[in-house]
Formats: sequence, structure tokens, C-alpha cells
Amino acid sequence: MWIDEKLVPPMTWTTSDRVERILSSYPDRKSAVMPLLYVAMAEYGYVTDEAIREVAGLVGMTSVQVSSVATFYTMYKREELGKYLLSVCTSISCSLLGGRDVLHAVEDETGVPAGETGPERDFSVEHVECIGACGGAPAVQVNYELIEGVGPDKARELVRWLRHAAPAVVRGDEMQTLFGGQRSFDWGPSEAAGATGPLPSLGSIGTMGESK
Amino acid sequence: MKILTTRMEAHPSDSHTIERYVATDGYKAARKAILDMSPGECHEEVKASNIRGRGGAGFPCGVKWGFLPPDVRPRYLVINGDESEPGTFKDRQLLERDPHQVIEGIIISAYAIDCNQAFIYIRGEYPKPARRIEQALAEAYDAGYLGKNIFGSGFDLEVTLHLGGGAYICGEETALLNSLEGKRGEPRIKPPFPAVEGLYGKPTIVNNVETISNMPWIVTNGGAAYAAIGPEGSVGTRMFSLSGHVRKPGNYEIVMGMTFREFIEDYGGGVPGDRAVKCFIPGGASAPWFTGDQLDLPITIDDVGNAGSMLGSGAIVVMDETTNVVEAAHSIVSFFAHESCGQCTPCREGTSWLEMVLARILRGQGRPVDLELLLDVSDNIAPGLGWPPKMTTICPLGPSAVSPVTSILRHFRDEVEAMIPAGGPHG
Repeated sequence: MWIDEKLVPPMTWTTSDRVERILSSYPDRKSAVMPLLYVAMAEYGYVTDEAIREVAGLVGMTSVQVSSVATFYTMYKREELGKYLLSVCTSISCSLLGGRDVLHAVEDETGVPAGETGPERDFSVEHVECIGACGGAPAVQVNYELIEGVGPDKARELVRWLRHAAPAVVRGDEMQTLFGGQRSFDWGPSEAAGATGPLPSLGSIGTMGESK
Repeated sequence: MKILTTRMEAHPSDSHTIERYVATDGYKAARKAILDMSPGECHEEVKASNIRGRGGAGFPCGVKWGFLPPDVRPRYLVINGDESEPGTFKDRQLLERDPHQVIEGIIISAYAIDCNQAFIYIRGEYPKPARRIEQALAEAYDAGYLGKNIFGSGFDLEVTLHLGGGAYICGEETALLNSLEGKRGEPRIKPPFPAVEGLYGKPTIVNNVETISNMPWIVTNGGAAYAAIGPEGSVGTRMFSLSGHVRKPGNYEIVMGMTFREFIEDYGGGVPGDRAVKCFIPGGASAPWFTGDQLDLPITIDDVGNAGSMLGSGAIVVMDETTNVVEAAHSIVSFFAHESCGQCTPCREGTSWLEMVLARILRGQGRPVDLELLLDVSDNIAPGLGWPPKMTTICPLGPSAVSPVTSILRHFRDEVEAMIPAGGPHG
């Protein structure tokens, strides 16, 4: 006996406890659209058309409404990204201390121009607006995990390290120790949590990874 | 005198944990408020403290709470942790290093305004602060400081953490509320103000992370004690984010009233190489710039306001004599052009024009008419180019992009002109 898999309704991410918890943490389901878009990104790698339809169904909005939200916010990506999203800050404080040079170093070392993803899907590179690391300028994020005080040379080392060590979980504390310099403030004890892909690492949206 | 950073300085290894928080008298203020005081008495203490909002607008917090219509329920409390004004990184430290201080502030404030559902909106690029708050919320629920029947008083409070999606404009309170409702982060026309018609159309108080973090101290020590700290109109301590060309950038919690020179030299260690300060931004990228000869101005909301700028978000960015001011202005204008939500034509079109014209001046392709063009476009966004700006837009983002442009044309016009090639086909 065999089962035609196409006939079995699939258990998808939309029926998970996590989704239910997110929906029930707001007085109105529509408020869950943003966290659910993150969960969908974690599921598919980016916000796919399918994800838009599924999120719309979950929160009681039309696909067009969800799409309108997804495209308003820069962190919801509508195309597949590389394994590591490198975001280089070029706003005023980083810019005064060489942020543009860091961006050029990252573009050169990865071979990926800002705003694009490399053909091997290893790196995506972008310039970002102020990431609140002005006291540790210039600053870079890898999958939104922060490294402060990164000059062009250290930024190149960071790229080479990501390429060769290929960490499954990227941790800000680890990268700061290896490649960072001046910090905005004392970070305190290091934490085990880090990012598993190109979206913010948080327990409630299921994107948090841990490593030692 | 410090209020907000004492715990993280005394206990750098574990200031974010509930164990350390409770061991250093944490949650006693919330207990005192809920068990020994009425909501009205809490509100009175906050009013008496004269604390002004630390997010940028500087509105008196107790007065804002007083705008809530008395009979409409539910009410919501929303904590604005969407810190993204270039130069600002103080809330990041407060969220990361002392998350329970934020949560205790929320409990006190929610109790004072009779609200049972609060939200903390943290920008998406702050995953670590969000993780710290997530952990701290779980600890606070486990300990019974949040949830049902807090301290056996019958008072209930739910707190939901909401992660942003990478949009500066959501720091504007009505855009934040739209975002929290699952919409695009586009500012709403005011009035109605959120206190009257906010989240889901209900009365809502939106307070900044730093403002809220002061509440435990105010309840413990009394509003009058808080009001006695620092100069009139700028009371209390305040976190300033210092960045740019200084030896020791960072967040510094100070009592207001000292001069910018004292702050930059005594706290920031002065400018590297002992170079001169060419200019500085006193309150985040939206604020008009001051020049090096204005360093002796006292750091107070009123002194800075009277001198034609603002303390805003408390971000001081120092630019030394080697700075290319056109490049610096272009960086800030690009920021606002990128972050414009697109609702209002003067901002959507104007910020992009300003960015484009500054970019061509930087490339050496500026035209002699460009200075007047920059002023003309700026005048369409903020007519008269005065301070505070006249508004043609729903929110202040557009006028914010005008600040760096008028600053360089007012103070460094000759430098801008020198970058424009003489003659040429468009001369």
C-alpha cells in the first residue's frame, strides 16, 4: 500500500504552536503580520508569494495588503539572499569614521556589489542606514548580529572567516572578539544566542540559534 | 548623580538578570506603587517630577498621561524602542544592560494610567536588545511581576514584545501605532493624538525606553526629588550618545546644564589629534548643526532650542576641522530620502532632490544655481527655513532633511561654493 503524498493535507509552518502563540499575543490578529512575515522568511528563506498568501490567510488580510506591508519594511526580503547578509552602516557617525571604505572593502572581498547577492548564494551585501552603533563606528552586521569598530582590513578578515569557517550560527560576541574594536558601551557577558540565517535572531519567531 | 546606569556600572557581569535586579532593590518600586499608592497618586508623582520625554520631542510625560479621556477603555501603553535617529544608541544600552528596569517602568506606568496591555516595539536591527527583553519578560512573568493579579493586588498586565521591520519612520509615534496594527508605518495626521485615539482607535500612551526607565526611581524617591535634579526645564539625568570625532565615544548619563565643550572634553576626551571642532549636531540627525564657536552653550532643552536647534534624541555628533561638510550633509540627507514613507509630496520628492543635488556637487558636477536650488527645494518642505520648522508634511521627517542643508549653507557656504566648478555649460 502506498500513499499519494499529494492527497495528504500537509502540516505546514502555518499550523505550528509558534504561529498560534504569536497570533494570540495581540488583541487583533492583523497585528501579527510582521512577526509572521519573519516566521515565513525563516521557513522559505525569503518572503515568497506563497508566504504572502499564507500570512494573509492567517491574519485575515488580503494578499495585496500583506504585500504592501512586506515591501514597506526593508528587512522583509522578496528575493532569496545569501547565507550571510552583510550590512554596512553608512549613516553620519559611521560615515565620518570611514563607513564607505568599509563598504567598498566588503564589496571587493566578497565580489558582491551593495544591494546584490553573489552567484553562489554565499553573501548578500547592503549598505544600511543607522543601526544604533554610532559609538562603535564604523559598524557592520552579519545576519543582523552586530560588530562594532570594524575598519576596512578587519572587514576583509571577517568576510574571509565567514567563507572558510562557514559558521552555522553567527554570534555578535564571537565576531566582536575576532574582528571588532571600539564599542558603543560595555557589552557585558557574552551570550550563546546567534543568528541562523539572514533575519533577526529571536526566540519568539523561532530564528534563534545557539552555539558555544 | 546617576539614575539609569548605576546597576549596569556596579554589576557589569549580570545587570540584565532578574536575580541581580531583585538583589539591587528591583521591583520594590512597582510593589510600592501597586500596593501602597493609587493610580492617581502614581500619576501625580510623575507629574511632579517634571520629566520630559526622552525620545525627541521632549513633551512633559505627566501632562501627556493627563490627556487620556477618563472613561474610555481599554487603554494601551506602548514603549517606543524603535531607536533609529542617526547618532543615537542610548536605548540599545538600556534595553540590553538593564531590561528589568524597563519592565518595572512599564508596570508602574501601566498601573498609573490604568492599562492592562502594554507593548514594547523594538527595531528589527536590534535582535540582541530584543532577546534580552524577551528573556526578561519571561523571568518577570515567572516571578509574578507580570500577568494576572500582580502582587495579589488584582491588577493584571500583559506585555507583548514586537519587533520592527527596518523603517526609521516607525519611531514617529503614530507610524509606530500603524505598524503595530499590522499596517505600513505611515504617520497619521494629528490631532487626534494617540492619548485620545491611538492603537486600535483606543486611548494610547507612547513613551520612550529611557523615559520609562526613570519611573522606578521616581516612585522610590518621589517626583519632587527628581524635579530638584538639574536646571529648571531640563530636570533629571539624561543619557547622551556621543559619537563622531571624539576620543571616547559612548553613552554618558549626565545632569544637564554643563556646556557642550565640557561634555565633549571631560566625557568624550576631546577631539583626536587635538583638532578643532568644526561643527556638531546637538540632538540627532534631524537637528540643525552648531559650529565650533557655539561649544560654550549649556546643554539644556531651552538653551539649545533658543539657539535654533534641539536636544532631540540626545545624540551629539562631533565633526572636526577635517570634515567635508557636504559629504556629511549628503549622508544625512540620503538617510532621510531613504526613510521617507512617501505619503507627502514635499518630503517624498524634496528629500530625493536634495540628495541628488548634493551628490552631484560631491562628484564635482555641481552647478552655480545648485545653492539656490537646494534652498528652494528646502523652502518647499519647510517654508521660511526657520526653527522650529513650518510644516507642509504630516510628520517632521521632511523638515529633518532640511536641517543639514540649511546648516551647511548658513555656516559653510564658501566651502560648498568652492566645490562647484566655475563656468561650464550650466553656469
